[in-house]
Amino acid sequence: MNALFQQLMGWVDDRFPATKLYKEHLSEYYAPKNFNFWYFFGSLALLVLVIQIVTGIFLVMHYKPDASLNAAGIPVAFASVEYIMRDVPGGWIIRYMHSTGASAFFIVVYLHMFRGLLYGSYRKPRELVWLFGVAIFLCLMAEAFFGYLLPWGQMSGWGAQVIVNLFEAIPVIGKDLSILIRGDFVVGDATLNRFFSFHVIAIPLVLIGLVAAHIIALHEVGSNNPDGVEIKKHKDANGIPLDGIPFHPYYTVKDIFGAVVFMIVFSAIVFFWPTGGGYFLEFNNFVPYDALKTPPHIAPVWYFTPFYSILRATTSDFLPFLGILVAAIGGLTFATARLSIVKMLAAAVTVVLLAGFYFLDAKVWGVVLMGGSVLLFALLPWLDQSPVKSIRYKGGLFKSILAVWVVCFLILGYLGVLPPTKLGTIVSQICSILYLAFFGFMPWYSRMDKTQAEPERVTF
Amino acid sequence: MSNDKSADAGCADCSRRSLIAATAVVGGAAGIGAAVPFVASFTPSERAKAAGAPVEVDISGMQPGEKKVVEWRGKPVWIIRRTPEMLASLKAVEASLADPDSKRSEQPTYVKGAARAIKEEYLVCIGICTHLGCSPSDKLAPGAEGGMTADWKGGFLCPCHGSQFDLSGRVLKSMPAPDNLPIPPHTYLSDTRILIGEDGKGA
Repeated sequence: MNALFQQLMGWVDDRFPATKLYKEHLSEYYAPKNFNFWYFFGSLALLVLVIQIVTGIFLVMHYKPDASLNAAGIPVAFASVEYIMRDVPGGWIIRYMHSTGASAFFIVVYLHMFRGLLYGSYRKPRELVWLFGVAIFLCLMAEAFFGYLLPWGQMSGWGAQVIVNLFEAIPVIGKDLSILIRGDFVVGDATLNRFFSFHVIAIPLVLIGLVAAHIIALHEVGSNNPDGVEIKKHKDANGIPLDGIPFHPYYTVKDIFGAVVFMIVFSAIVFFWPTGGGYFLEFNNFVPYDALKTPPHIAPVWYFTPFYSILRATTSDFLPFLGILVAAIGGLTFATARLSIVKMLAAAVTVVLLAGFYFLDAKVWGVVLMGGSVLLFALLPWLDQSPVKSIRYKGGLFKSILAVWVVCFLILGYLGVLPPTKLGTIVSQICSILYLAFFGFMPWYSRMDKTQAEPERVTF
Repeated sequence: MSNDKSADAGCADCSRRSLIAATAVVGGAAGIGAAVPFVASFTPSERAKAAGAPVEVDISGMQPGEKKVVEWRGKPVWIIRRTPEMLASLKAVEASLADPDSKRSEQPTYVKGAARAIKEEYLVCIGICTHLGCSPSDKLAPGAEGGMTADWKGGFLCPCHGSQFDLSGRVLKSMPAPDNLPIPPHTYLSDTRILIGEDGKGA
């Protein structure tokens, strides 16, 4: 039997590098042996991606992207989701797995990203791993947004209306661009059909490609670890890192344990709490879309709310404070930069932004800040100038600033699901400034921070 | 067919390389050309463009303070028969407005002043917030009863980002919405019938 298998693999390997790939990525991929709890979320994200793709394939078999009204006066798309829930055998659980999966995806990915923040996983030489990851996060947001229109409920329609109108804020081309995205002057059947196409084919294709690139780049440079030290610095006679263990079987077993625990929690939610108290599935979305009436309280799904709060916080009386922040960052760059070209660039960008704050609407800046607050993650590899990677060896300054940022992120997320209030706006404005300052001042405070010496080898 | 012939200019196979560049440019141009129909398919179809016929509304049965919503080009158009108190509130709120004279806001030339209407009593406006396109909710009654502040003069509140508008659809200062609610082209066919989507013949 074994000899036969050897023979078969030999035949395959002469034609396709099956054994080579297996060794490179599993049995001889040496990962640091000190992975902890935070390292579950990468493989869990992959698991959720599989859940979403499989459930999605089956949902498409019954779903109809059609905004026209059926004989009962209900939009066909909305009715087809109800049909999946009530009449298709097993349909309800497939749909709930998909809708719960969307929220689970973001929980897992946010924790995965936070792991990167904690241990400096974005630092050299893992910049591209991080950038592919940021691109995956953007794709995920697009995927979630396009998918959210498909049930054609009140939140679907009005959510899409708001987000597409964001593009209208772009000067000169904005109006035409938003019409181009909608394919109509209002959110309608054309919008629904193209969002369906994006959701089921365009974005998933890109997403899978990016996930592959993310993993290939990771396996090229090797995984970071909670100590933030390179295990490749200390190798044995065979060139194997002394602190590395083969991914399979050690981490496959660990990740399967994580997957089992995750699936228990996930199943409990799917079976007993699929709406997540109105956070995973919003109650207003059980009402068919009505283009004439916005529900009294609309808010995006929870995973968008931190960024949505930043959008909402950007009013015209907020812009001067933003100007002060930009001037401070620009001034600091000008004062401390060594290259004169950087000095000039900092001055130019600061002046352009300040002029922009003065001349352009707050609406434009709300959109820019919302997009920017996501894209700022991409700059982390270059903003963080600390001599150490991991939070374990960073000083009190960095730790407390990171803690403040996490609190701000959570407050912004919380305020984003609430209706706008005067106090809420002021709090979210303060949090927005602190959120941006975390990134903006990082080059300086990460240098000032009193760090401890990194160990030579990993600790566990 | 040997390399040494063209190695003189400091590059190997110069002529072949420029041929590659030339074909790449032509090929690239063809590629961009091929994208045209795909981008064009994103624009509104002929059917979408054709849908936009004017809408006729009967306002004969409307009581003072009543609001009617009709659909025009897929958007909600509000018709509100304003009471004298409502009209009086327009003056009172003037100081707190971002654009009281609707100078930068979208409206036909034949509506003017605080009332923003052909007939002062009837406000006709598109009920779509100029911020991000939600439809504001009615907060017609003044005061704190509707969940507003005590100095609220009556108007509309956008549920999405909290923009506030007065009873002429004019936006208050330092709100996310930059402009007043747009007034659609409309005309009175008779005392009780409004045509929305077309300017009057005399206008």
